[in-house]
Amino acid sequence: MRPILPRLLAAAAVLISITASIATFDARAQTAAIPAFKAVDSMEARVQGCVTCHGQSGQGTRDEYFPRIAGKPAGYLYNQLVAFRDGRRRYAPMNYLVAYLPDGYLREMAEHFAKLRPPFTVHETIPADAATLSRGETLATVGDRNRAIPACVTCHGAGLTGMEPGIPGLVGLQPNYIAAQLTRWRVGERTAADPDCMKRIATRLTDAEIHALAAWLARQKPPRDPSPESSNLVRMPFACGSQR
Amino acid sequence: MRKLVIAASALLLLLIAAALAWMVVRPGVLPSTSKVVNATTQLINRGEYLARAGDCIACHTAPGGTPFAGGRAMPTPFGNIYAPNITPDDETGIGQWTADEFYRMMHTGISRDGALLYPAMPFASYTKVTREDCDAIYAYLMSVPPVKQKNRPHELRFPYNRRELLVGWRALYFKPGEYEPDPKQSAQWNRGAYLVEGLGHCSMCHTAVTRLGGTAEERAFEGGMIPNQNWYAPSLTSNQEAGLGNWSIKDIADLLQVGVSHRGTVYGPMAEVVYNSLQYLTDEDAAAMATYLKSLPAGDAGPQVPSSARLVQPAVMELGRKVYDRQCGMCHGAEGRGFPPAYPPLANNQSITMATPVNPIRMVLNGGYPPGTRKNPRPHGMPPFLHILNDDEVAAVVTYIRVAWGNAGTPVTPAQVNELRKLLPE
Repeated sequence: MRPILPRLLAAAAVLISITASIATFDARAQTAAIPAFKAVDSMEARVQGCVTCHGQSGQGTRDEYFPRIAGKPAGYLYNQLVAFRDGRRRYAPMNYLVAYLPDGYLREMAEHFAKLRPPFTVHETIPADAATLSRGETLATVGDRNRAIPACVTCHGAGLTGMEPGIPGLVGLQPNYIAAQLTRWRVGERTAADPDCMKRIATRLTDAEIHALAAWLARQKPPRDPSPESSNLVRMPFACGSQR
Repeated sequence: MRKLVIAASALLLLLIAAALAWMVVRPGVLPSTSKVVNATTQLINRGEYLARAGDCIACHTAPGGTPFAGGRAMPTPFGNIYAPNITPDDETGIGQWTADEFYRMMHTGISRDGALLYPAMPFASYTKVTREDCDAIYAYLMSVPPVKQKNRPHELRFPYNRRELLVGWRALYFKPGEYEPDPKQSAQWNRGAYLVEGLGHCSMCHTAVTRLGGTAEERAFEGGMIPNQNWYAPSLTSNQEAGLGNWSIKDIADLLQVGVSHRGTVYGPMAEVVYNSLQYLTDEDAAAMATYLKSLPAGDAGPQVPSSARLVQPAVMELGRKVYDRQCGMCHGAEGRGFPPAYPPLANNQSITMATPVNPIRMVLNGGYPPGTRKNPRPHGMPPFLHILNDDEVAAVVTYIRVAWGNAGTPVTPAQVNELRKLLPE
């Protein structure tokens, strides 16, 4: 005779956990991106592979890491998709998803999300004191001439909405995503087309400055028109391969 | 004294006999005919087509590297193997190889220097390739730009790093010989068999791998876990898996060449095969492979699952249905019929119900895009649900699709999901 009580208890525990799952699933599903489209033969239907992380319209989700992609310049999005496919930008879930997609289709996906203008989602901010925020603001809007660090706004636009064709908007990004990308650039895990201007900048930033930038940038309100700036407004302070 | 002489003579005779036998059977004797390949454009084009059918590029190209320059790590249960440079560089590639040497390598698994190749190189399949086709592939490889890139040494554990021991593996699992057409079958069937068993080297994944890394002939195409990839390559003979007995030729050919069909969609490692190789097949060759695959004898379906193993708790079923309706139904339809070929059906889809639930679990966790192919350059994709569904929910929804709509699969457990959740998608 095998003891029956432990097995009964285990079965009860499983049942309770599943019942709890049903309840919490209902609650969580309200906020999660759920696949939806109007016609099967459309780009909207084809990019359903993106929506659980980047949101139905590329607006981003509550997750602190997945970036907003809507409205970023098509050239930037395309460069990222190709880099993910070819393994030059490393993030296993993305590398896996786009591994076997041809250039033309990746271009089409990039153009699809570049055209979208969904409302900005409310996202987290990271705690920062006034001095930190002020440091972040100075770096972002003025730069640091003594260390040859140009201001973010010079290239990423006065409204931080990016610049055609290859510079992404920063407004609407989660602070942890911004900090992670700058850090990865600094250590050489993320790269862009040569000459890699972001590498020159990121390697000059300290941990504290990256934190200050992420904290300040993530607190900025999007401008009324979140479209990227046109490419012929400014001379780039550093040569950037992605702008060619 | 006389005894000693007899013993010595006997020993000598034995040695001579052994030496003679070695001369005859030793590996590495070149074929005596020295053929010079005339690399005409037509021949090179044919070689390119055949090299694609053989998917040489997949293993012999490092991620982001130059095609055929080698360096891709192939993780095996015995350690990492690095595919060599097969561009025609004189120093680091195969620039100095002759057509004879290339054929010997393809046909017998023996390298130019006489070294025995590890069976990660599918010479047990390539041995079936004709001399003529080998020569075309050789001509093509000689025509690609040479790349100077040294081969990376393998990182195999002892004793697997001793190539001499491959003699044993070869005795067990390797039978050299070009494909012999079966006169009782059609030319189309024979062409399909030649491609599937030879260049296609399908059995490398679709036959279970033994502990010694061999594929057992009597279990050909019965399916197996792909070592180190944690995907299950389904049986091509069981109609309960990817057995194609009740598929139309068109659907099989589409699956191979287009990547999607009205019965199912390729994903995981098979997506790579379609992307690099099968999409380039002619319609005739795709149909030939389909004809041969459909004709494979239906193997035994494995042990019958007792009905008690198929019981699902009502609460699990309810959770599964709830998750399905919210997350999956939009694309796969309330009744699991999908919108084929854009979104595959889940009802009556063997890929969902096969005994090993690894693949459907991984698809729910990581999502996936079918390969973009010449006939389907803009495939529809599935998002990852890893971060949206917990282990209970994934187990429930995979259980649900395995038993709903008349599907005859078995339930899966949250523990099975949890194991696969830890893997990086690939």
